[in-house]
Amino acid sequence: MSVVDRQQWDVVVVGAGGAGLRAAIEARERGARTAVICKSLFGKAHTVMAEGGIAASMGNANSHDNWQVHFRDTMRGGKFLNQWRMAELHAQEAPERVWELETWGALFDRTKDGRISQRNFGGHEYPRLAHVGDRTGLELIRTLQQKIVALQQEDKKETGDYESRLKVYQECTVTRVLKDTASDSGSAAGRVSGVFAYDRETGRFFVLEAPAVVIATGGIGKSFKVTSNSWEYTGDGHALALLAGAPLLNMEFVQFHPTGMVWPPSVKGILVTESVRGDGGVLRNSEGKRFMFDYVPDVFKEKYAESEEEGDRWYEDPDNNRRPPELLPRDEVARAINSEVKAGRGSPHGGVFLDVSTRMPAEVIRRRLPSMYHQFKELADVDITAEPMEVGPTCHYVMGGVAVESDTAAARGVPGLFAAGEVAGGMHGSNRLGGNSLSDLLVFGRRAGWHAAEYATALAAARPPVDEVQVDAAAAEALRPFSAEGTEPAVGPPENPYTLHQELQQAMNDLVGIIRREGEMEQALEKLADLRVRARRAGVEGHRQFNPGWHLALDLRNMLLVSECVARAALERTESRGGHTREDHPAMDRKWRNINLLCQLADPTGGLAATDPVRGQIDLTRETTDPIRADLLALFDKEELVKYLAEEELYE
Amino acid sequence: MSGYTAHFKVWRGDVKGGDLEDFKVEVNDGEVVLDIIHRLQATQAPDLAVRWNCKAGKCGSCSAEINGRPRLMCMTRMSVFTPEETITVTPLRAFPVIRDLVTNVGFNYQKAREVPAFVPPADLGPGEYRMMQEDVDRSQEFRKCIECFLCQDTCHVVRDHEENKPAFAGPRFLMRVAELDMHPLDAAEESGLDRKKTAQDEHGLGYCNITKCCTEVCPEGIKITDNALIPLKERAVDRKYDPLVWLGSKIRRRSS
Repeated sequence: MSVVDRQQWDVVVVGAGGAGLRAAIEARERGARTAVICKSLFGKAHTVMAEGGIAASMGNANSHDNWQVHFRDTMRGGKFLNQWRMAELHAQEAPERVWELETWGALFDRTKDGRISQRNFGGHEYPRLAHVGDRTGLELIRTLQQKIVALQQEDKKETGDYESRLKVYQECTVTRVLKDTASDSGSAAGRVSGVFAYDRETGRFFVLEAPAVVIATGGIGKSFKVTSNSWEYTGDGHALALLAGAPLLNMEFVQFHPTGMVWPPSVKGILVTESVRGDGGVLRNSEGKRFMFDYVPDVFKEKYAESEEEGDRWYEDPDNNRRPPELLPRDEVARAINSEVKAGRGSPHGGVFLDVSTRMPAEVIRRRLPSMYHQFKELADVDITAEPMEVGPTCHYVMGGVAVESDTAAARGVPGLFAAGEVAGGMHGSNRLGGNSLSDLLVFGRRAGWHAAEYATALAAARPPVDEVQVDAAAAEALRPFSAEGTEPAVGPPENPYTLHQELQQAMNDLVGIIRREGEMEQALEKLADLRVRARRAGVEGHRQFNPGWHLALDLRNMLLVSECVARAALERTESRGGHTREDHPAMDRKWRNINLLCQLADPTGGLAATDPVRGQIDLTRETTDPIRADLLALFDKEELVKYLAEEELYE
Repeated sequence: MSGYTAHFKVWRGDVKGGDLEDFKVEVNDGEVVLDIIHRLQATQAPDLAVRWNCKAGKCGSCSAEINGRPRLMCMTRMSVFTPEETITVTPLRAFPVIRDLVTNVGFNYQKAREVPAFVPPADLGPGEYRMMQEDVDRSQEFRKCIECFLCQDTCHVVRDHEENKPAFAGPRFLMRVAELDMHPLDAAEESGLDRKKTAQDEHGLGYCNITKCCTEVCPEGIKITDNALIPLKERAVDRKYDPLVWLGSKIRRRSS
């Protein structure tokens, strides 16, 4: 029996961003004793960085809006690869999820008649994003955080203890999802029995025993060099699910946000919100040309303005004009910027110009885009009310993730495992629209919490036991970096985890980045194999108490697993669609529309011995998706569907 | 790019004690203090403990004291120092050290729990809330708070007075009370909760003598003293006489 501290809960939520907190609230409100584990302090999750808003068809700014229009926009944005049932639930439930936030104390910007104001965003037909200036994510996280505190206050009143039914374990990292053994459970993969974690502050290990685990860990951006993501985004949840035997879906689709800061170098990649364009900002190249008019793809031709005059009129009169092409979905804009820079029409620091200074009075800019004003002023010495910003693509979001059941957020193949938010795949297809992330967190966070609570309740006392062998193995795995010095000299010297991380980021950025080529991705897989071998020797100095070198050494396992998924899937998909652009296969291919690529651990015992560069750790399988339900297809014109769907799909 | 070698002194140690450690470290154009701390981690001190997240001044994790002044490391540009200057980075003084630059900020989470939550109006359902922008402006300013706790760190009521901590919520959480009190639809009063009274009686508003230190260090530029604390004192005044309210209103009139 391992001497590790243990506690029992009904539901454990891994991650305390929007999805995790919403899941925890739901589970607790449905009677489940719920624990949340997060790597940072409570309230610091990456969700705070979301700027633009929450997409929900409340129809406050334009009464023509409704869930069907939102669904259509989402499917178009994702190039019809979306798990359509998720897109449907998302569009239907988003307004309720936003309104509910107001009852928990959120204060959104208002319309003139006192309702929630909604702003324009790329790919959304109507102004749809509920927002608070450009700090919507902060408002969301704070509201959910304060709702959790409100529930804890209720529990205190009733039980005398704030944490009797809902507890946040902050600054703790989960390294393994535990399961009962296959023979006990009658399920091939085994059922969830808890999680193994360490406390970052003390380095102590502990186990939370629980029959239901919700993974809500966000994304993978820290595997790329230029990214808008924080250090937390090391693909932990993706890796936890893989290691527990669950498949990941569509990992080739990585969103490069078109507008990240490009200068100074230390802030390269930090996000410049899409609201800048939604509110009237325009993109220009070094010749002063609004180049986006040259990049409207065929599938979107009818929906976007053909002249600057028409585009400019749209802000005032959207019913009689078409939107400017600066508001195309993110993948299109990112590729266009990339092309302009490549053609030698970039800005001095290798981006393009994003200008609001000539489009709005200074005082309006400061009011509508306060944190952008602040960010450029403080970090780049640029006054955006007087001069243009320099921007370029930055790794922002992964559309791929844990394959889940649409209605329940249950991970496929592992009973008791759920996933919501960025770590879950399917919802956004091949490309996510801005604003659809915060709504996704709320809609599916709630669903995950709900079904996790229900699952735990249904098991009652018949909970899967924790397998001691797995606990011991997890402890040994977590301690390995400290003994790296002691490995035989023949294998090689200990490796610096920071160096390994930098090499990984460089490789992913250069070889599996925004524009992909077959040869480069093969090279990437070789590099990943090399890094995998070296990562086994990642060694750290010092001791277990708040040791960032050790933490990084452990996170490397996750980044390497996830990076391999991205590279393998990207190599396999021989077309360009959304967040996956192949130079050697530049067109979208209708035959690929209903194909999902699933990544699974090659060695299902979960051992990390797979150091063979050719085989690697990941097996890839193809899966044909369910046909889109007829009543949902009927929301589109036939002429539009022809562009996306294969002949035989149309025929049915 | 104009690189140079800077002299850093970084506090290293834990609950048992510690000391400033000297480092010579490379600095490049456009970098901030947090970049330099990261470079130290990657090249000289892999186990140097520091909290950080967004690196864009939005999450409030990387709070520390730079040359004695409470600041966010990610928003402190190296260009504000001369290349000859020694830069000293120490953990937040008002909170117990865990390790190196990381402190135990549990005090703040405890205080957060002691402020009663928003009370939704009984007669309005989701989707029925109507509020005018000008009525939410004031509370929205306070909701810009990123909880970096620099104001909690600098406030002299608790900075060197551990004994005041139990009775004093600190600027951040007094501002939270003000935010809820100014929320146009908060139904606390109808539910029998007098937020102004609790500010005074339970959260230690009276300890604040409006020296505005909190406002000065706020990276979000929130006018904590003028817009939250003084109005809260004014609102509380008919419950309890507070001479500082009188003084506060004088000062405010003069500065505006």
